[in-house]
Amino acid sequence: MSSPLLQVNDLKKHFPVRGGVFSRKSNWVYAVDGVSFEVERGETLSLVGESGCGKSTVGRAILRLFDITGGQVVLDGQRIDDLSPGGLRSMRRRVQVVFQDPFSSLNPRMRVRDILAEPIRNFGLAKSAAELEAKVAALIDTVRLPRDALGRRPHEFSGGQRQRIGIARALAAEPELIVCDEAVSALDVSVKAQIVNLLQDLQREFGLALLFISHDLAIVEHMTHRVAVMYLGKIVEMAGRQQIFTAPRHPYTKALLSAVPVPEPGAIRNPIILKGDVPSPINPPSGCRFHTRCPFVFDRCRTEEPELRSIEGGRWVACHLEALPGQN
Amino acid sequence: MSISTTSTAPVPPGLVIAPQMQDLLLPVAIRRGVFGFLRNHPTVAIGGALLLCLVFVGIFAPWLGTVDPTALAPARRTRLPSADFWFGTDALGRDIYSRVLYGARVSLTVGLSVAVLSSLAGLAIGLVSGFVRWADSILMRFMDGLMSIPPILLAVALMALTRASVGNVILAITIAEVPRVSRLVRSVVLSLREQPYVDAATASGTRTPMIILRHILPNTLAPMLVQATYICASAMIVESILSFIGAGTPPTIPSWGNIMAEGRALWQVKPYIVFFPAAFLSVTVLAVNLLGDGLRDALDPRMAKSL
Amino acid sequence: MALLEVENLQTHFRTPEGINRAVDGVSFHVNEGETLAIVGESGCGKSVTSMSLMRLIAEPPGKIAGSIRFQGKDLLQLSEREMRAIRGNDISMIFQEPMTSLNPVLTVGRQIGETLRMHQGLDKQAAEARAIEMLTLVGIPEPVRRVREYPHQLSGGMRQRVMIAMALACNPKLLIADEPTTALDVTIQAQILQLMLDLKRRVGAAIVLITHDLGVVAEIAERVMVMYAGRKVEEAPVAELFRSPRHPYTQGLLGAVPKLGSSLTGAARRLAEIPGQVPSLKGRIEGCVFAGRCTLATDLCRQVAPGLEEKGPRHIAACHYARKEAAAA
Repeated sequence: MSSPLLQVNDLKKHFPVRGGVFSRKSNWVYAVDGVSFEVERGETLSLVGESGCGKSTVGRAILRLFDITGGQVVLDGQRIDDLSPGGLRSMRRRVQVVFQDPFSSLNPRMRVRDILAEPIRNFGLAKSAAELEAKVAALIDTVRLPRDALGRRPHEFSGGQRQRIGIARALAAEPELIVCDEAVSALDVSVKAQIVNLLQDLQREFGLALLFISHDLAIVEHMTHRVAVMYLGKIVEMAGRQQIFTAPRHPYTKALLSAVPVPEPGAIRNPIILKGDVPSPINPPSGCRFHTRCPFVFDRCRTEEPELRSIEGGRWVACHLEALPGQN
Repeated sequence: MSISTTSTAPVPPGLVIAPQMQDLLLPVAIRRGVFGFLRNHPTVAIGGALLLCLVFVGIFAPWLGTVDPTALAPARRTRLPSADFWFGTDALGRDIYSRVLYGARVSLTVGLSVAVLSSLAGLAIGLVSGFVRWADSILMRFMDGLMSIPPILLAVALMALTRASVGNVILAITIAEVPRVSRLVRSVVLSLREQPYVDAATASGTRTPMIILRHILPNTLAPMLVQATYICASAMIVESILSFIGAGTPPTIPSWGNIMAEGRALWQVKPYIVFFPAAFLSVTVLAVNLLGDGLRDALDPRMAKSL
Repeated sequence: MALLEVENLQTHFRTPEGINRAVDGVSFHVNEGETLAIVGESGCGKSVTSMSLMRLIAEPPGKIAGSIRFQGKDLLQLSEREMRAIRGNDISMIFQEPMTSLNPVLTVGRQIGETLRMHQGLDKQAAEARAIEMLTLVGIPEPVRRVREYPHQLSGGMRQRVMIAMALACNPKLLIADEPTTALDVTIQAQILQLMLDLKRRVGAAIVLITHDLGVVAEIAERVMVMYAGRKVEEAPVAELFRSPRHPYTQGLLGAVPKLGSSLTGAARRLAEIPGQVPSLKGRIEGCVFAGRCTLATDLCRQVAPGLEEKGPRHIAACHYARKEAAAA
């Protein structure tokens, strides 16, 4: 029980950019470039950041949907990044996924019953047809859909209901960790609350760990234990929920939090408006990757890359400002 | 669903009630089942009905008032259409009505066989190149090579290598059509592979063959079906062209292309010899294309629920 | 007289599954220089309303009825030709997807210039000069260079700025912004919201903002109209609406959004859920459209549709049971 459920060490994933007549690999997208974190059993860790920061790539790397470029992914003490497809299968059961788009994440030609039965059959979790049917029925109850949903196809359901089916499919494998890749982002406000509550209930009921990938900071604050903030393929700050949301330390985290519009008219806010856009991950800036937009940039930031260091209990920050005297 | 306002609950005085809104459009009759599907997609119905008629004509040609289409009768050459010879007779005195009806057999056999065979071959090649990276570049370069030759030229060249027979015509046109299908299947497979539900299936331990069978294949069938109808139409035209230039169906078998080729010399004086097979060919191709267009609209993923 | 007065707007669509009553009897007005937000979830009819204002609904399969009076003229009575003279000139629109709403084969300057040349009869040079002026206004650096660039050379935030420049080029009286920041990242959204606030002060156009994001509403709207299932269920000045929402749906919506800062209050509370799903608009709904999901619904609600009623100063809601303020009663 000593080792964490999931350990990611210096994870790197570079995608080739193909160009030219003979599909030469001319360039690389540094989607994820040295990311390390741990997820404990029953814990929610959120990966937040803007589009292109690599948060979804981290999730897909953990699911081994592709081979990684470097680093290690360790599940319960066992490395899974170098396993053969055969060896991987038994580990796959333990990590499942819920995707963002409730429309494309379910095969339109399958009935809900078959969608839910697929993982159960694959992992041999039911010994008989009767047990399979019982498990499928229990799953549909767990996500609070009516039993008659089993005989229908995805298009007959609304977005929120489909997301429930997606969650039921993830639960079917009896996993220990669920990667929620923007799992509530595409849903309407009132339905989003239903799904967030469902995820929290399920986490408590099954002792699930969640890797919650999202750009919606208010939802993240509502349901997470710890947060890792990513920018251009790197973690810039990682800390507990209260630490991040009440006293962010990295300038990017500060800007990100202050940019969220608050549903409170007349609220006094002084948003830190960042200049410019996120640079391309094909050609990330030298030194600190945030230096092109950072309001506190100084010479060292342009040349030397700050390391992610622990600065207080449970808080890690990658910023040269932390090394300056007078901080803290 | 009625617009009645009969209420049973007591309405307290002074209650503000929303004004009744009228529907702007006439009610829509919701159609279900095969018949409803055809009502909603009239092009499928028209194309399908026409095609069915032609298939019927082809199958039952011997019982539709025809005579032996190869029987020569030098005594009654090049007769105009009349009550005895509905479409007239050709230069050798053969009954054009009978020949055209029997010709439907050739065209439809070639069209349907090519559609089925090239779809199957294209599906296999497309799936392999969509899933096996190293095979992809080899197969696709080979297909590019085949595609760089105009299909008719390729079919003519292939026919030159073999004996003229309906089977060889089918084979030659199939080879010419396969690259197009495999390209299509490959592109569909590549986009389906990116679908989250395929990733979810991978994550839930589904092996690659099962992923292809259960998640990829069923979703390629709709675009394949549409493509198959277009190939069917084009195969019938190519068959006629091959026969017309004498590189296709042997002259002993009446096919529309053969009839037109034989009537070509008399085109200016006896245009009906060419007209009837040409009209039948046009109507058949039109029927198949209508069916294809209708299916394309009907199988649009957003409309998939009506199936 | 208000700048825009919409009365009993109905937009229905014919689909194979039945008639979709996307907008069914919606009335509202927009004053000169005012920002009205239309809020609701997907399928509530807010986008169809905005498309109807511009008469961008294809007929058939759609059909629009009611009246849309803009500066006293009923837009629904105008010919297509007269309508073209208004679109992009007196009323212009910003869409959600800056990528797909710009033409990829024309330079940014050409696209801004096109509307100017069409509506204001400027020549090529004058149009380009004005385009550069507009790009400067929306805060695009190096406008002289950018004006000759193509949309794909710009980032998402830049493209949305170009869209805004295009929309404002002819000094419209009314700007319809349909989810203008939904596709953008948080830090870019902050930039665009800041820009819209700034421009509102300087340009003075009235804005109809269509959004589902209550945070964005609080930020820039003056008055809010809440839509549900094709109807208007509540309307109030923004502060009033957030302070004391009257319609159970609005209350539910506000309760369902977690607010940043929830970790300060300690233990995570459960989010308020609105149970159930949005009803299908393909069947006529008897009674209140929200009755199926409302915890307070009675037989009366299920049988008699509530009309919009004044519940407080400038505050109207369509609910039989919503609390009325003494002053308004």
